[in-house]
Amino acid sequence: MSEAVASLRLALVGNPNCGKTALFNQLTGGRQKVANYAGVTVERKEGRFNGPSGRVFQLLDLPGAYSLEAASPDEVITRDVCLGHFPGETAPDVIVCVADATNLRLHLRFVLEVRRLGRPMVLALNMMDAARRRKITIDVNKLEAALGIPVVETIAVQRGGATDLIARLDGAVPAVAPVELGGDLHAEVRTLIADAVSMPRRTAEIDDAIDRIVLHPVIGLGLLAVIMFLIFQAVFSWAAPLMDGIDAGIGFFGQWVGAGLASMPMLRSLLVDGIFAGVGGVLVFLPQILILFLFILALEESGYLPRAAFLLDRLMLKAGLTGRSFIPLLSSFACAIPGIMATRSIQDPRDRLTTILIAPLMTCSARLPVYALLIAAFIPNETVAGIFNLQGIVLFTLYVAGIVSALGVAWVIKLVRRDKSEHALLMELPSYRIPHPRDIAIGLWERASIFLKRVGGIILSLTIILWFLSSFPGAPAGATDPAINYSFAGMLGRWLHVVFAPIGFNWQICIALVPGLAAREVAVSSLATVYALSGHEEGLQAVVASQWSLATALSLLAWYVFAPMCLSTLATVKRETNSWRQVWIMTGYLFALAYLASLATYQIATAMGA
Amino acid sequence: MRTILIRRSFLMRLSELAHGTDAVVQDVENVSEIDPIARRLRDYGFVRGEPVRVVGRGPFGSDPLLVQIGFTRFALRRAEAARVIVEAAA
Repeated sequence: MSEAVASLRLALVGNPNCGKTALFNQLTGGRQKVANYAGVTVERKEGRFNGPSGRVFQLLDLPGAYSLEAASPDEVITRDVCLGHFPGETAPDVIVCVADATNLRLHLRFVLEVRRLGRPMVLALNMMDAARRRKITIDVNKLEAALGIPVVETIAVQRGGATDLIARLDGAVPAVAPVELGGDLHAEVRTLIADAVSMPRRTAEIDDAIDRIVLHPVIGLGLLAVIMFLIFQAVFSWAAPLMDGIDAGIGFFGQWVGAGLASMPMLRSLLVDGIFAGVGGVLVFLPQILILFLFILALEESGYLPRAAFLLDRLMLKAGLTGRSFIPLLSSFACAIPGIMATRSIQDPRDRLTTILIAPLMTCSARLPVYALLIAAFIPNETVAGIFNLQGIVLFTLYVAGIVSALGVAWVIKLVRRDKSEHALLMELPSYRIPHPRDIAIGLWERASIFLKRVGGIILSLTIILWFLSSFPGAPAGATDPAINYSFAGMLGRWLHVVFAPIGFNWQICIALVPGLAAREVAVSSLATVYALSGHEEGLQAVVASQWSLATALSLLAWYVFAPMCLSTLATVKRETNSWRQVWIMTGYLFALAYLASLATYQIATAMGA
Repeated sequence: MRTILIRRSFLMRLSELAHGTDAVVQDVENVSEIDPIARRLRDYGFVRGEPVRVVGRGPFGSDPLLVQIGFTRFALRRAEAARVIVEAAA
């Protein structure tokens, strides 16, 4: 019989922070598909579940919206999909409007706006657990009668918390009686609340208490610093064994495959030197990305992120950014890719773009191997002023140089745009919540699969291209130099040398910069290969220390502060901005800054006799 | 006998409202002909008659403001809060 029942398309709408995504996770479990809406970089999440009758429900999780008079690209999509105007999306059969039962003054207004669309709809009063804890009572029958739509209570974070909703959807959902337009929605909300809701207190006591500490001008900032410090510790220390494990695993697997392909050197080289080394070099950052997102998701779910944005907004605003830019920029210290992905939380398109453009200036962990090599080779391990380590000071300076230039670039972008229009903060600080492990796990899985898809797609292709450039044409018979010198990459390196000689790069560095395009730290292994194949038996650090001048080393350090050559980042920028223009702008300005900084460093250092 | 109730009250901008003082929203001003920020403030519930209170301030330059309206807290930059005209109970 169940086959006779057609599947029903549902759309989940609601204010931001109404627990909509948790409800979506509760209803669909892991059965979700994440993509983008056609032509825009707004996330599209769809899932399915079965009703008790066996009927199949297709559920679309629309972006959170405060109003259908859309103010952001997200809200445009929510409005257009609800109306059936969005190209490529069919209008939903039933709209499920989610409202936070503890925040009805705000959320009911949106419910009324959705009701005006006149489409069949159900209201889910979510977070009923929190409402009960706060002794908020809601007369569901009165509300149902007043609104003229079915109203059900849900608890998205509790097993079975959506059973009533599913049962209601499985029955027939009546069409909404036409409502006259033009009335004052706020007045209607006040009447509804006066009639059907009793609330002992306008806010949760616990929220007020936590906010007094978290938003305190001194304690709050201190707490933020401690949280950031812990995240950094975790990203770098917890991830290390996992990264070593992945590295070793890929190396071992590569050798094993290589041994099996000994008779086919070309294929072997493509797989082992090209794909395994290249893709492995990026894959190795997966643990860092996951640990970082574990923290970001937990902070987001708990309601802390908007608080951090609140604390830092004024500082960020001076540089032409917003408080919301802080977390994406912080993430970029691990890797610009998750950082740029995290800019999705910035609603304002202009602020988001600025944040994306400066994210690569945060010193990502892929630069550390390069810094570590050069600092160890050239900067004496001395103690300065009794307590500070000179090498540590240099490393710190490099990080600070990145931050300062990021703020400078953001400021310049603000000037160049001549955009005097005001961009809003206008941010809701939601109630604190204990993050639900299921929602975090699903969020992590999404991030991991986005990252892995990219590794499997664009990064894999680029790696193969780079391998080709580094391997062809092969060395002629009787060649004395390493084979890479005769390849296209070698030629490219020599051409580049003309450009890079004024900033003190030798041709070995230039060659290493080419495969370093795939991932920055690959430059180190490429340098090692070039020197190893050139007959230098000692370790890379010793070779570099003996072969390079201090000026060259400092110049390369300055180069890496800006380091425009990360194709994965550029690919992410393309994906997130949907614009090649932004990719070229980013590449161009990073390259110009890197070149100028290295030129200044090299020329000054040489003049000073380094 | 008639009692004459003298209620003292002050019209001011939300950005000038003292920390912790109860006030009631009178109006949200548009600073330009089409002011999306003012419209959004109205969506958020900044409408005539709604009780409002500043409950916190940012650590740098006392900006942004943490504002309680309805059952919700919002972070508003001073320039945004200046659009809201309130009547403070004194």
